Order: sequence, then C-alpha cells, then structure tokens
Amino acid sequence: MTYKRLTILCGHYGSGKTNIAVNMALDLAAQRDNVAVADLDIVNPYFRSKDSEAEFKEHGIRLICSDFASSNVDLPSMPADLYSITDDKSLSVILDIGGDDRGAYALGRLRDAIRNEDDYEMLMVVNKFRPLTPDAPSTIEVMREIEWACGIPFTGIINNSNLAFETSADDVLKSAAYAGEVSRLSGLPLVLTTVEDRLYDELKDKISPLFRLKLQAKPV
Amino acid sequence: MADKILMKGNEAIAAAAIKAGCMHYFGYPITPQTEIAAYMAKVMPKIGGTFLQAESEIAAINMVYGVASAGKRVMTSSSSPGVSLKGEGLSYLAGSDLPALIVNVQRGGPGLGGIQPSQSDYFQSTRGGGHGDYHMIVLAPASVQEMAELTVKGFELADTYRMTAMILADGTMGQMMEPVSIDDLEVKPAPEKPWATTGTKMAREHNIVNSLSLVPEELEELNFKRYDRYKVVEENETMYEEYMVDDADIVIAAFGIAARVSKNAVDEARKLGIKVGLIRPITLWPFPKAPFKKAAEHAKAFLSVELNMGQMIEDVQLAIESKCPVTLCNRAGGMIPDPEQVLNAIKEINGGIA
Repeated sequence: MTYKRLTILCGHYGSGKTNIAVNMALDLAAQRDNVAVADLDIVNPYFRSKDSEAEFKEHGIRLICSDFASSNVDLPSMPADLYSITDDKSLSVILDIGGDDRGAYALGRLRDAIRNEDDYEMLMVVNKFRPLTPDAPSTIEVMREIEWACGIPFTGIINNSNLAFETSADDVLKSAAYAGEVSRLSGLPLVLTTVEDRLYDELKDKISPLFRLKLQAKPV
Repeated sequence: MADKILMKGNEAIAAAAIKAGCMHYFGYPITPQTEIAAYMAKVMPKIGGTFLQAESEIAAINMVYGVASAGKRVMTSSSSPGVSLKGEGLSYLAGSDLPALIVNVQRGGPGLGGIQPSQSDYFQSTRGGGHGDYHMIVLAPASVQEMAELTVKGFELADTYRMTAMILADGTMGQMMEPVSIDDLEVKPAPEKPWATTGTKMAREHNIVNSLSLVPEELEELNFKRYDRYKVVEENETMYEEYMVDDADIVIAAFGIAARVSKNAVDEARKLGIKVGLIRPITLWPFPKAPFKKAAEHAKAFLSVELNMGQMIEDVQLAIESKCPVTLCNRAGGMIPDPEQVLNAIKEINGGIA
C-alpha cells in the first residue's frame, strides 16, 4: 500500500483501528525510514498501540504516546511530543485515534495543522459485525459524529468486517456489499479490505486491495 | 440461528439486558465497565428507555430501588470501588425484597486499586455486599456469550425470588471481544408483581415497599421467611460446569477467566498423564456444593485457582468438609495466572500425592 505522510485511523469502538495501525506501521517501516505510530486514544486504557512497543522498537518505529497509557493511571492524557506529528515533516505517522466521536475529540487539536499541510489520509475503519454499525446508515452516522468531533473530513473507508477468530472467508466476501454501500452513501473510496493472516491466501485473488493483518490479541 | 456479532463482554451485558426487557439503566462511569453505560447511553434513547448517568454510585443504586419498587426490570453496573459505594443500597434492596440486576466488572483492590482484572470481590458479593442478613444471587460468566446469557438469567432469577442478582465478572470478561448471538437469547415473560407500587387505582390496598421495621418480632419473622426463600434458591438454582472430573485425582475449582486459564492447564496435565479435572461454579451464591462433595469421594486433592488472595477456597473447603487438602494457586492486584503457573501447581500437588 502507498501512504501519505499522515495516515489517520478513526472508527467505531472496537472496529479494529489498533490492529490495523500496528500492521500498517510495520508495513510502512519496510518502505521508509522515520516512521512513527501516534497512540492518541484517550478513551480506552486497554488494547492500545502502546502494547506493541517492543515490536515497534525492533523495527525502529517511534511511538508517540502518553506516559500513562497501559498503566493503572486511567487518565485521558495526550503525549508530551504530540506536536512532532505535525511539526516534524520528516516523520511518516500512523495515527491511532480513540473510538467514536468521544475518541476523535483528541484529534481536533491537530485539525488546522493537518488540513493546512494536506498530506494526509483520514480513514474510517468499519466492521459490519459490530452491534451498533450493522448497516451502512448506522455506520455513516458514526462517521458524521467523528468528523463533527475532530473537524477533519474522511478521505476513505477500510473494510475490517470480522468476527475475530470465528471469521470465515465467506463472512469477508459477504461484507463487501456493506462496505460498498458505505462507500456509495459517503461518496468516499473503499481504500482497503483487511483480513487476518489465516484468511489471506484464500482471499487474495478475490478481493483487491487486500491487506494482511497479524493479530495482536490471541484467544484464551 | 441468527447472525453473530462481535462484542465486548460489557456490550453483551447491555444488549442482553435490553433484550430481557430492561428499559431502565442508572450508572456512573468507572473502568473497566464503562462500555455498559456507553452502550446504554447510545441505545436507550432510541428505544424509549431510560439512561441516566447519576451524580454518584449511591444515587444510581437508589434510582434502581425506585424503579424496582414500581415492578420494572432495572439494572446498574459498576466496578469494585463503585460497588462498595452501592453497599447500602444493596442492603436496602434486600431488606425490601426487590428484584434488580447489579453488574460488578471487578478490578484490582483494595481501595482505589487499579484498572486491571481481579476476582477479589468474591467475599463481598457472595456474602451479600452490605450490612444485615441477606444474600444476592451471584453469577460468574466465563465468556462473552455467557455474559449475555447470565444477564437474562439474572433478571429471571431476581424476579422469581424477589432478590438482587449480581453479574460478577472481571475486567478481562468486560473488555474481551468474542462473537456472540444476542438475537437467539431466550427470554421468559416476567412474572406478575402484585406487590409493586404501581398506583392503587382505588381498587386495592396500598402496596408498601420499605426496609424499616419497627417491631423486632416482625423483623425476625421477616428474616426467617427470607431465609426459607434462600433455601429454595440453594436447592434449585445452582449452576456449574464440570470438565474431566469423573476420574480426577486432582480437582481444580475456578470461575470466570481463571476457569478458562485452568481448562488449558487441565488439557496440558492430561497430556502428561496426570488425572486432573475442573469444576467451574457458575453460581457463586448459591455455591454448587454437591459436585465438590461428590468429587471429594475420589479426588485426593483440590486446587483453587483465583485472581485474589484466596477467597472461594473457603467455600471449596466447606463443600468438601475438609476431606482432602485444598491448595491455592493465585495472582492478585490485577495480574492473571497463566496456564503454566496452574500446570506447575498441579505438578507439585501430583508429586505429593503420587
């Protein structure tokens, strides 16, 4: 996949933003130097990009993240080096934003700098198997709420429809109609479909472009 | 079968509550259960229900008291420190024989503790949670699907026995995502509530919901009657799951996330030829004494796996009447044992009894 300088991932709670952010960062680091992940989730203290810190370090990826993330300090706080994202133009950044409009408020702080620079993609991660976004209209509603909260319009859609470890290739294929409808109603392109590792080979000739995800969480 | 959806445990509780006919939710945000309130806040206004973020945990539990008095299904949810604050209200609900569902998605303690998962409110919940002689029905889910199923079950049991039911989950159960089916949940119609304060319409005597009793003899009688009802619950409503217990020399007792970890350890131990089984209590009160007593006829040792400093272990000892030793395998403060730790504990016990 080709990347702008800033790739912003937003979406409904639990739509898969963090998993995609981690995988995109690794993909991007294979193409360029000076890659960073910005974990700007101020809503959820669990399952964050920060959890992949060791893997980032191994690949020379910088983590821009609050010191309190993934600790017992349940405090919605922003990283001290937040403005590196917009000020340091040598960096290529994947931005992992908290869920829903609540999470997107944090991004609003960077709105003007991001829009003025105009070298970004703002991607809506969607999963039709999540309870509050089962169809295109409900998904569009969440999209509008997020745009309203952060002041940055979306530029594309990522279809991450999945049922975790129970996802079948058929589930992904069938979700294409849903993602297509979201794309049609929003007037935005479907940029990617994402699938976990084990389904990639089965689907690679059927869906394009398809992005392979190595999952961060494992079933107990 | 209806299509599955991907949900967090907390969301599954909220969705199942609505499916069970609960149209009134009062709560106060606290990690790791906030998704319950967030879900209710989004959905309740769309279906004509009540979502109210109360000014405090104490206010929330007393709002629950109000709706329960009017005979409607109602719930609140919190996490450990918040449930302590609700303690007075829990006792008043019991003293007034009101049905309601309380959710505790436990975090590490004591005090403000931390936000990581724990099972250290076992004593608090199985012994009532507040002052006075009373019990709550305590349900311990071990999967997201069970979070949903036991929520429905909790409302039904609460209504049937005019008791509070509690979902005692932990931060892992609340936060983990699994495929779940909400549409397929079976919900029995709620029973009649002739005691509810719904207005006399000048056609009957006033119903009074109250936990104050001015005559000690009457209060004593009320306590005895309540405990007769608890006895029926103990006889009819225990739930548990058994896994490879029939020929087991070592029997693990574990609930919730600890049971999932333990199941993996049982499989590993069996591969090594050690005869291990697992009893997973699903109702923590009433505690399923019978399967433990039965297992004690052939087992040589028990192992209680808990995310606390050893609480359920006392109920295991009581259930088996201390017939054989019970060892504790635990983590605390928000940490979770891994299957290897449990396997090592099994190996150690096995060395001692071989």
